[in-house]
Amino acid sequence: MDPTFPITLTVNGTEMVREVPVRQTLADFLRQTLGLTATHVGCEHGVCGACTVRIDGRIARACLTFAIQCDGAAIETLEGMAESGKIADLQQAFHRRNALQCGFCTSGMLVTAAQLLEENPRPSREEIREIISGNYCRCTGYHAIVDAVEETAEARAKSEPEGAR
Amino acid sequence: MKASAFDYARVESLEEVFALFAEYGDEARIIAGGQTLVPAMAMRVAAPALLIDISRLEALQGIARNGDRLRIGAFTRYVELQHSPLVAEAAPLLHRAIPLIAHEAIRSRGTFGGSLANADPASEMPACALALEAVMVIANAEGERRVAAADFFQGLYQTALEPGDVLVAVEIPVAQDGMQGVIEELVRRQGDYAMVGLAATGKAANGMLSGPRFVFFGVGDRPVLATKAAEALADGPISPEHIAEAQAALAQDFTPLGDIHCSPATKAHLARVLLGRVVSRLLEHR
Amino acid sequence: MSAEGKAIRPAATGYIGQPVPRPNARRLLEGRGRYTDDMVLNRMLHVAFVRSPYAHARILAIDTEAARAVPGVAAVVTGRDIAEICQPWVGVLGHFPGLKSAPQYPLAVERSCWQGEPVVAIAAETRAIAEDACEKVLVEWEELPAVVDMQTALAPETPVIHEELGDNLAFGLELKAGSPEDAFAKTAVVVEETFSFGRHTGVTLEPRSLIADFEPGERRLTVHHATQTPYQMQDVYARHFGLDEEKVRVVAPDVGGSFGLKLHVYGEEMATCALSILLGRPVKFVADRLESFLTDIHARDHQVRARMAVSAEGEILAMDVEDVTGIGPYSVYPRTSAVEGNQAIRLMGGPYRMPNYHGVLKVVFQNKTPTCQYRAVGHPIACGVTEGLVDMAARRLNLDPLEIRRRNVVTAEMYPHTSPTGYFFERLSHEECIAKIEAMMNYSSLREEQARLREQGIYRGIGFATFIEITNPGPAFYGVGGARVSSQDGCVMKLEPSGRVRCSVSVTEQGQGTETVMAQIAATHLGVKLDSVTVLTGDTQATPYGGATWASRGAGIGGMTVLRAAQALRGKLLELAGIILQRGPETLDLREGVIVEADTGMARMDLAELGRIAYFRPDTLPPDFHPDLTVARHYVPQGLPFAFTNGIQASHLELDPETGLVRLLDHWVVEDCGTILNPLLVDEQVRGGVVQGLGAALFEECLYNEAGQMINGSLADYLLPMASEMPDIHVDHVSTPTQFTPLGAKGVGEAGTAGAAAAVMNAVNDALAPFQVSLAQMPFTPERILRALGKIPSS
Repeated sequence: MDPTFPITLTVNGTEMVREVPVRQTLADFLRQTLGLTATHVGCEHGVCGACTVRIDGRIARACLTFAIQCDGAAIETLEGMAESGKIADLQQAFHRRNALQCGFCTSGMLVTAAQLLEENPRPSREEIREIISGNYCRCTGYHAIVDAVEETAEARAKSEPEGAR
Repeated sequence: MKASAFDYARVESLEEVFALFAEYGDEARIIAGGQTLVPAMAMRVAAPALLIDISRLEALQGIARNGDRLRIGAFTRYVELQHSPLVAEAAPLLHRAIPLIAHEAIRSRGTFGGSLANADPASEMPACALALEAVMVIANAEGERRVAAADFFQGLYQTALEPGDVLVAVEIPVAQDGMQGVIEELVRRQGDYAMVGLAATGKAANGMLSGPRFVFFGVGDRPVLATKAAEALADGPISPEHIAEAQAALAQDFTPLGDIHCSPATKAHLARVLLGRVVSRLLEHR
Repeated sequence: MSAEGKAIRPAATGYIGQPVPRPNARRLLEGRGRYTDDMVLNRMLHVAFVRSPYAHARILAIDTEAARAVPGVAAVVTGRDIAEICQPWVGVLGHFPGLKSAPQYPLAVERSCWQGEPVVAIAAETRAIAEDACEKVLVEWEELPAVVDMQTALAPETPVIHEELGDNLAFGLELKAGSPEDAFAKTAVVVEETFSFGRHTGVTLEPRSLIADFEPGERRLTVHHATQTPYQMQDVYARHFGLDEEKVRVVAPDVGGSFGLKLHVYGEEMATCALSILLGRPVKFVADRLESFLTDIHARDHQVRARMAVSAEGEILAMDVEDVTGIGPYSVYPRTSAVEGNQAIRLMGGPYRMPNYHGVLKVVFQNKTPTCQYRAVGHPIACGVTEGLVDMAARRLNLDPLEIRRRNVVTAEMYPHTSPTGYFFERLSHEECIAKIEAMMNYSSLREEQARLREQGIYRGIGFATFIEITNPGPAFYGVGGARVSSQDGCVMKLEPSGRVRCSVSVTEQGQGTETVMAQIAATHLGVKLDSVTVLTGDTQATPYGGATWASRGAGIGGMTVLRAAQALRGKLLELAGIILQRGPETLDLREGVIVEADTGMARMDLAELGRIAYFRPDTLPPDFHPDLTVARHYVPQGLPFAFTNGIQASHLELDPETGLVRLLDHWVVEDCGTILNPLLVDEQVRGGVVQGLGAALFEECLYNEAGQMINGSLADYLLPMASEMPDIHVDHVSTPTQFTPLGAKGVGEAGTAGAAAAVMNAVNDALAPFQVSLAQMPFTPERILRALGKIPSS
């Protein structure tokens, strides 16, 4: 069987020590070892974006990193973001707008869009399309996803008190 | 699609790297951001016996200005380059090139040095390095040496790096006053490798370009400096005729290699179009 | 009786037509979807395959010894090993006379016939170990000449792939109506072109996946399978492995996209089941992306020589087409690979009054990945050819492209109407759709802007595509040909003791919103609140038998099963309420989950109370009264072999004549799917479908070299439509409900894909018109555009 090495990392705010097979990707580690199956595997060569998670605060492909490289890192998956409640409005906008069909790309889309909205609170439709241009969706044609992200940005802008930004 | 088994070492000093290379030879490979190597391993195109993780090598980190040189650690991730005011000021071409590399989720992990060492002829970074006359700082057990970008890229995925070498940093001459950097790509989809790309530097004044460097990528087995095209633009204010001459001169600079989506003839045509557009952009900047 | 006392008015249309968001989407938004690969079973093994590196090669020897010795490997099996427990299959059906194919095995036995065909299967503790072991298998090959070019597949010097079949012609068909020769001889204008449609593939984001779990004691096989058609697969597994049908259970959990590619029989799936049967352990197969490109069905790959006869007034008089399509080395089982070609040549000219037609189809074998049904089967071919010729005719006659369509579409007074190829149209709405899209896109000012920009050297194009779409297929599609593919569907509806309703249906969900629409129909026709209905799909053990989801049939046919079940259960509930309330059931009504007096709307009791009495206190009911609180109803499509929808699409784009790059600016669709059950879902079906068509127009193409090797089989090299290049897509509707069902819904899954590529083609050619050149080969790559423009030499 494969040799394993221990790593210490934080996943969705919980610090943990785990033995990982050296050749296991972060995506497989999250899915198989931790049961965090929101992170989907669509291509395993870094193109489709279904496995997008945040590593140390920035979106990254979980299939393009071996778990062992994540020793000391802080990983955030859709499960963690959803449970924290901080993207509830974004999730609701996706739901209201039917910005998902089969749901396989959805985790990666949400994780990606969440970072965009943190860094650029009022993105144009083109900017939204640009940031999700690394996330493949075969079902929606993207239009509804762009709508949902745009609606969330507008709603957040309205709910912020005057001069808060 | 799972990688073959391998050993793994996370190193904290260059000496450790040299020792591991001495032990494993070319069975060892350095992993930096891994954005190219990991998928190659998943497809089993690459199957190193040992991965040397250099992410904690201090010697490879950081962006600093030393006089007229900008020193960028080889392990600097694209996202750090993108957000570095130093890079934006001292190497505007590099700053403009970063958003063209793949997608945000790749740029958060991929590294400058990784791209250079990989030497993909369709990538932006090798072309920028050549356009900027960057110098590679390379270390091995014997010591340190410097190799100019023009000598560093030697062929398809081939560089001046020898077995046992580590690319430590890249030194780039700080852009002098008025020196512009422009990069343009012709892509079918955002973030794709360009059908043809062009990274250029030069100083524009009074409708003239001084010291332009045009480096094409996606056209051959390495980034190509188009010297004949630059010569055609050397005398006096640039007219449409000059540009046409420069475009024609490209045929002497290189004959493109085709790929699965573009024939050599298409690439040659697109290179001419791109040259015209980039010259106009350089002139607009002044 | 908590509900007593308040009055409830009858609902007009209930939940039909409401933009109800999908309740089951919430789970997916939390990352709590459960796809096949998310499941882990005890002692589960993982399978990987050794594949043919050649397009065509004979297997001389296979040495598996070293692979067997890899620690963690449980089994290594070859084609011969599996053939002992699995019957081969032949993808032919009786209603395609002359269609032929060769027996196909899960793993190649003597020869491989395409690059990527599975040859050896290895089950191991992990997928990585299975792949390690694959590298240790030694196969000795003798490479054979490959049939690559479909245009020469029938030439005498081309080798025959399956000698016993005599030649490489899988299927041929000729159709003729009216007097096309006369029309072409006498008419003023004949336009002609050869249209090429690239080979592409479905690329569901979730790859094909299954876990086969065989229990040897009772010989039960449970397959957790990312499939559109659980019942069809139950039948296939039972027959080909010799199992009792009722002991085969196929469960489709969340399915990550299907688009037609997840209903065919694939060797890997059969081999995975075989391994589970041989080992008595669960075995998982999840195709990796490289395997997907080589083994998921491909589609299209048509070349059509076509001409159209048009009068001086722009009246379409005749079409004459010859379609050659390459389907790979086998006709795919069980639906066959003749369907796309068959539909393509029958759909030609479909929206128009054209009286004369001649069509020839040649479906040929080649050594490439098999092709079969993928979203909008045949439609983009027929639409591309027809609409391309219509625009050529308009240009020749100096007619506006919308005007020539207006002059030729089948008009309102002509329905019902039968096309020259025998398709029957109950009632379509071409004229209304044309009028609507013209207004919606502000056509005249768009043309003005186009003219203005051309003077500045900016080349924009506007293109239209009128289309028809086949939906709601009945037994005419497969059953009459002998396929065990159900065209009927079923619904079981149950009142829970709490007064809530559970509905099990045979149509399935892959994200299009099936469960939501079924709940809307159930709530409306039963008379309960939407949130009190739960819908279950995708489990052959828990749902009635049916055809499931393909060919835009879920809403129209599945919806009728629910409507019938809801009406039946409502009758039973009112009967029961009448007994409890000691009134005639006809004086009662069920509204919002409450039994009310029909005339006043006065609430009498809610369904929870009814459930309590019926389930727990039936002793209070009259003797010999047995309340039926579960009903089952099935539905067989009536009146038509299949239905038709229609619509029109428009593309607006900008073409850079220097680079050949095309930027899509806007896309409009007006379509008519009959009754719109849920506009939110319908619009997204249209948009998603459009983008698959835009992919075909600009990006997607499986590229092969002369040796029959696919050279772009990765997600980096096979270009899919991504967000940055896609336009906003504006959707509107005309609604002409079918009179054959009380629901009136016709289906909408393929409308977008049917016409989008043709609209782009016409827009590209509109943009190129000032240069007097045009293109008819999809996808419209920069290189092809530059070549047409003469910027680079033609190849």
